[in-house]
Amino acid sequence: MSRPVYLDYAATTPVDPRVAKKMIACLEPDGNFGNPASRSHGYGWMAEEAVETARRQVADFLNCDPREIVWTSGATESDNLAIKGAAHFYHKKGKHIITSKIEHKAVLDSCRQLEREGYEVTYLDPDKTGVISPESVTEAIREDTVLVSIMHVNNEVGTINDIAAIGEITRAKKIVFHVDAAQSAGKIPIDLDVLKVDLMSFSGHKIYGPKGIGALFVRRKPRIRIEAQMHGGGHERGMRSGTLATHQIVGMGEAFRLAGEEMEKESKKLSALKQKLWDGFQSLEEVFVNGDLENSVPGVLNVSFAYVEGESLLMALKDMAVSSGSACTSASLEPSYVLRALGLNDEMAHSSIRFSVGRFTTEEELDMVITQVRHGVEKLRELSPLWDMFKEGIDLDSVQWSAH
Amino acid sequence: MAYSEKVLDHYENPRNVGAMDKTANNVGTGMVGAPACGDVMRLQIEVNEDGIIEDAKFKTYGCGSAIASSSLVTEWVKGKTLDEAQQIKNSEIAEELALPPVKIHCSVLAEDAIKAAVDDYRKKSL
Repeated sequence: MSRPVYLDYAATTPVDPRVAKKMIACLEPDGNFGNPASRSHGYGWMAEEAVETARRQVADFLNCDPREIVWTSGATESDNLAIKGAAHFYHKKGKHIITSKIEHKAVLDSCRQLEREGYEVTYLDPDKTGVISPESVTEAIREDTVLVSIMHVNNEVGTINDIAAIGEITRAKKIVFHVDAAQSAGKIPIDLDVLKVDLMSFSGHKIYGPKGIGALFVRRKPRIRIEAQMHGGGHERGMRSGTLATHQIVGMGEAFRLAGEEMEKESKKLSALKQKLWDGFQSLEEVFVNGDLENSVPGVLNVSFAYVEGESLLMALKDMAVSSGSACTSASLEPSYVLRALGLNDEMAHSSIRFSVGRFTTEEELDMVITQVRHGVEKLRELSPLWDMFKEGIDLDSVQWSAH
Repeated sequence: MAYSEKVLDHYENPRNVGAMDKTANNVGTGMVGAPACGDVMRLQIEVNEDGIIEDAKFKTYGCGSAIASSSLVTEWVKGKTLDEAQQIKNSEIAEELALPPVKIHCSVLAEDAIKAAVDDYRKKSL
């Protein structure tokens, strides 16, 4: 049995075989398996060298100093370390934080924790495409604001924020600026020599590296301080203790190196694939892009197929792996909070599917995907009383529904 | 999430999909749920002079379990009297389709749809 076509690259990517090869070399008895913190023998020195090479590879890709890269277990830990770490360190300056309603849960839940500790958090609204306007950041800043955390690219809709402009605002006010770049690294250029970003979170597994590894960029000039969340042997200049996972780190380094070499070409390919998908869907009636087709990362296309419920559509799309903004797919009964924040009503949020293409997606796969999506949508609309009503010209908002 | 074979069967081959003339006196229409909640069921019954449900049709906007629940009840109500149809319990629907706990509300909705359709028919024939 052949496996479904993978179109969930925004959730995770497979490890690039070139990356896996480098990782395997750091595992076995005849490989580079030493503890990078061992100072008394060659096993340790060799492992340390591999870790530092990887650190340089990540730093080169981001145009920053390798000493500004702190290894973590992933973007969730990086977000936690950045937000709680900075808020705790600078608590004497103030206890107000600014973020947005469409951040990843790692950011939102870290902010919630700080609220429990007595901090105040302002959650900014995005516009209907998913952009947090720099003006709204300016307006939300108070005397006691110590941290602003805004994502570079939203994971559900792919919209890109103007972090350069937000960085100008926060730097002028000497407020720490954290950016979750899990969805942007390797997709669009990031130049930390130019961007006035102080803390930036990265993930390995979103860009063809392994899961379980990430990094936090911590700026040295001007120097940004954070309080460690993980205590132990004082690894990573005291910011994150724990034995470094050489094979994971080497994998992430190689993944970032490859991204540096291939991003430009890959972006063009992914943009074309996304356009192909959208062209294939557009001729269906009542199909809408969530987010912004232009101001977004090349690989992500979030679409609402009106009058079709997302989970039933997923059942029809059985030869592909995609994700839905409908609540039915998750444990909660609320549909996607991101789509709600963009102003979609519950019904349109329930009808949304995120397609994310990547390095190994082919045109042939998308031909099949388009056919199956069109077929599924048409079939379910035949089954949909809402589609009937739409065709009869009934305004669904005028109907008295019996909520349950 | 894994679906039971019966849910998959009803989803792949839904029974009695369609619409009846909702203004006809021998037709009862029940529409329950809300788009915002992610499911809307429309169940229609055609009742003969002896008070027996002769035919049933449905259309459902909702997840696979909601589609299967409504498809199943169109089969069940056929040939039943109105009183018998009203006695169909959501637990029987859930059991037949092996619905997991998070999908029980789909069977509740299907039970409500039957009741609403019967009520609508009775109101018309008063």
